[in-house]
Amino acid sequence: MAKVLGGITTSHIPAVGNAIQKELYDDPYWKPFFDGYPKVHAWIKEHKPDYVVNIYNDHGLGFFLDQMPTFAIGAAQEYRNEDEGWGLPSLDPFPGAPELSWHIIESMVADEFDITSCQELAVDHGFVVPMQLFWPGAPNNPDMPRAVPISANTVQHPIPTLKRALDFGKALGKALRSFPEDAKIVILGTGGLSHQLDGERAGFINKEFDQYCLENIVSNPEELTKISRMELVEKAGAQGTEFLMWMMMRGALGDDVTEITRNYHIPISNTAAGTLLLECAA
Amino acid sequence: MAHDTHDYHIDIPGTTVFDGKMAMKGYALNKMCYGFNKAENREAFKADPEGWMEKYGLNDEQKQAIRNSDILGMIAAGGNIYYLAKLAGIFQLSVQDVGGLQTGRTTEEFQEFLKSQA
Repeated sequence: MAKVLGGITTSHIPAVGNAIQKELYDDPYWKPFFDGYPKVHAWIKEHKPDYVVNIYNDHGLGFFLDQMPTFAIGAAQEYRNEDEGWGLPSLDPFPGAPELSWHIIESMVADEFDITSCQELAVDHGFVVPMQLFWPGAPNNPDMPRAVPISANTVQHPIPTLKRALDFGKALGKALRSFPEDAKIVILGTGGLSHQLDGERAGFINKEFDQYCLENIVSNPEELTKISRMELVEKAGAQGTEFLMWMMMRGALGDDVTEITRNYHIPISNTAAGTLLLECAA
Repeated sequence: MAHDTHDYHIDIPGTTVFDGKMAMKGYALNKMCYGFNKAENREAFKADPEGWMEKYGLNDEQKQAIRNSDILGMIAAGGNIYYLAKLAGIFQLSVQDVGGLQTGRTTEEFQEFLKSQA
């Protein structure tokens, strides 16, 4: 059976892709952000996962408001990165793992999670930037695992509750551990932390709330399920609702985790950037 | 920290909860902006903004907000920031430019405001 090695979270700000392209690793603005990643690189090099489940939120590339899935799972041979409207160069396609995708979909639906399956899915910065951060040169990195994208709706309310996100993760973890292959899997939860792009409150960041979330997601994620969705909008900002991806990731790891590294920095672009690596008990 | 009574409508100053009501109101505007993922649609808009807005059936409120580069107006007219970001890209506006425009700050003032929250 497959093994879940651990989970990694990171913000997925579009500007990061640009900074990577320009190699701004030692630039004074970017250094405190990029300094959060060497320990993640070392951990990935040591454990070499075979598969990566990338939980992100689409921002209007893969899905539009005509048909908006609450939880979508990719089941394709590969995932194309496409122009999001800014004319930036697209990366090469990311190799998929449809056999794992369908195993997850079967298991999740059997556990009463209603999934939208996607045999074609264009992936945006939410999926791509974390891959570039964790596997430099992605997808053209020799250690690049095959990927399963999972996208949750945070574009349009009603969005899932924090409890549903954590429960989704628990069912996902069960699915992964029952995959009949001797494989190592890492799970990404991307997006966040606090930020708001729109309205008179644009630029809102909430360090205190982010720290509360970072503390609890490690050892007491159930506590975070008490936060209502509107409270999440209020305290994390309108786009800080991406924290749901972190909850989904966390649910899949089980109770016993070890924190390997953590980074938090304000601001990157309009966002409080957070990175966390949690390893599952052997 | 539970505020169950907040679901699903709550007044958060300076924040529009983009729900079904807003999604219906802004559908044409957001659909046009979603189309801007494709370079040929961005070029078509630049060549003839009025014709392109008409083609997508934008209402007067939405058209006027775009003519005035009024981002708060676009949001009030049902625009969703993720799609509007693609329109902002046509005008080469960064998210800090957009933040400044919405909060009455210059881009530099907006960047300072972000840093001040560290």
